[in-house]
Amino acid sequence: MWRWLHPYAKPEATYRLVDKLLPWFAALTAVSLLVGMVWGLAFAPSDYQQGDSYRIIYIHVPSAIFSMGAYFGMAVMGVIALVWQIKTAEWSIPAIAPVGAAMTAIALFTGAIWGKPMWGTWWVWDARLTSELILLFLYVGVMALYYAFDDQRTGAKAAAILAIVGVVNLPIIHYSVEWWNTLHQGATITKFERPSIATSMLWPLLISLLGFMLLTISLVMMRFKNELLRHELHRPWAQRVLGTAEESH
Amino acid sequence: MMNSWQLWRSVLVKDLRIAARRRSDALNPLLFLLMVVTLFPLGIGPGPDILARIAPGIIWVAALLATLLGLDRLFKDDYNDGSLEQLCLLPQPLAFTLTAKVAAHWLLSGLPLVILSPVLALLLNLPLDAWWALALTLLLGTPALSALGAIGAALTLQLQRGGSLVSLILLPLFIPLLIFATSAVENAGMGLAVQGQLAILAAISVLTVTLAPLAMAAAVRMSMN
Repeated sequence: MWRWLHPYAKPEATYRLVDKLLPWFAALTAVSLLVGMVWGLAFAPSDYQQGDSYRIIYIHVPSAIFSMGAYFGMAVMGVIALVWQIKTAEWSIPAIAPVGAAMTAIALFTGAIWGKPMWGTWWVWDARLTSELILLFLYVGVMALYYAFDDQRTGAKAAAILAIVGVVNLPIIHYSVEWWNTLHQGATITKFERPSIATSMLWPLLISLLGFMLLTISLVMMRFKNELLRHELHRPWAQRVLGTAEESH
Repeated sequence: MMNSWQLWRSVLVKDLRIAARRRSDALNPLLFLLMVVTLFPLGIGPGPDILARIAPGIIWVAALLATLLGLDRLFKDDYNDGSLEQLCLLPQPLAFTLTAKVAAHWLLSGLPLVILSPVLALLLNLPLDAWWALALTLLLGTPALSALGAIGAALTLQLQRGGSLVSLILLPLFIPLLIFATSAVENAGMGLAVQGQLAILAAISVLTVTLAPLAMAAAVRMSMN
């Protein structure tokens, strides 16, 4: 059943696949981000209460969602790396972590910008803000651990273990800060209820969500390609790709 | 051949015996904790009201920091002299054996905190209604600190100077404990119910002590190659 996956344990096959898919993802990212941003920031109606300030949700909500999505993806890769000992999964961890950390930083930054006119302060110790900040710390921990080892395989395994421990802990951290203090408005879109947002505002938000998802994936793919090449520099295929192969042997 | 329990007990006894012969290693984190707690009244001012208000937070933050101090020697000596590698080679499950080392660490760092807590409460003017809650939160919460700490110690075994890295990766994981423990002590000080927070603390400890050994064993094996 999983046999079709087997060739992708080989870095070269993975590189070719990512290389082939990346242009498509990049193009779709550009289109959906452009449509989502222009529609959301320029054409969606203003909010009757928050005026135009609410428009930051078209950046804030997607980046917050995919900051968590990227962490989850990293932990899944960690499980694959530890259980099946697949090298390419190990190398995807340093590819995902900085992208996820950047998404977290964007979510925190846009949240602060929105908080200033709405709550009258850049930062409050509110549950969601705090758990997002802790998520940033977890990303920093994973990256620091990965780069602390001289042997990168060990570093990748250590980072994988930490990512999995973090994923088990994230719900606990999330609910503990939730009970501790909450000021943040409730979630606007949930799976089970009708969204409490007008359709004219919802559509650009959904397109922005798609755009940020594709953006996260594309950035990870770009970093992943570099990681693959960096680890396989001594192999002929990598040298062919980079054009550094010697002509005669 | 020893069964798992005999091995468990012998590892525990060995760790405690080593600690008894090198007392300063176990005492230093406690002295550190006492000094950190002393620094706060000096920094903030000796007003009894404000001290009582922030006492649970100070004591718990100091406990988190003191836990980090003791982690360095948890696996390091055994790693350097090769006995940890021997534990990995035994047929007895490594994850279970490592819980003996966590238990030893708790007996040397967590339990003394519980015993010390009345003194800390006295120093920070914590009301009498609250100090038993403080002792209970420490009793229920510190096993989770030791178990989580052991993951950090095992992950950084190969590194020469892993100390600051360990705090970086562990402190975010300690946050839920800090939140529930301090809220329990605060509630107790105001005469409110604390069973909820204590139950959650106990649940976190049980969960951590059962699951963390798996991560610990994986991290120790990773450090061996």
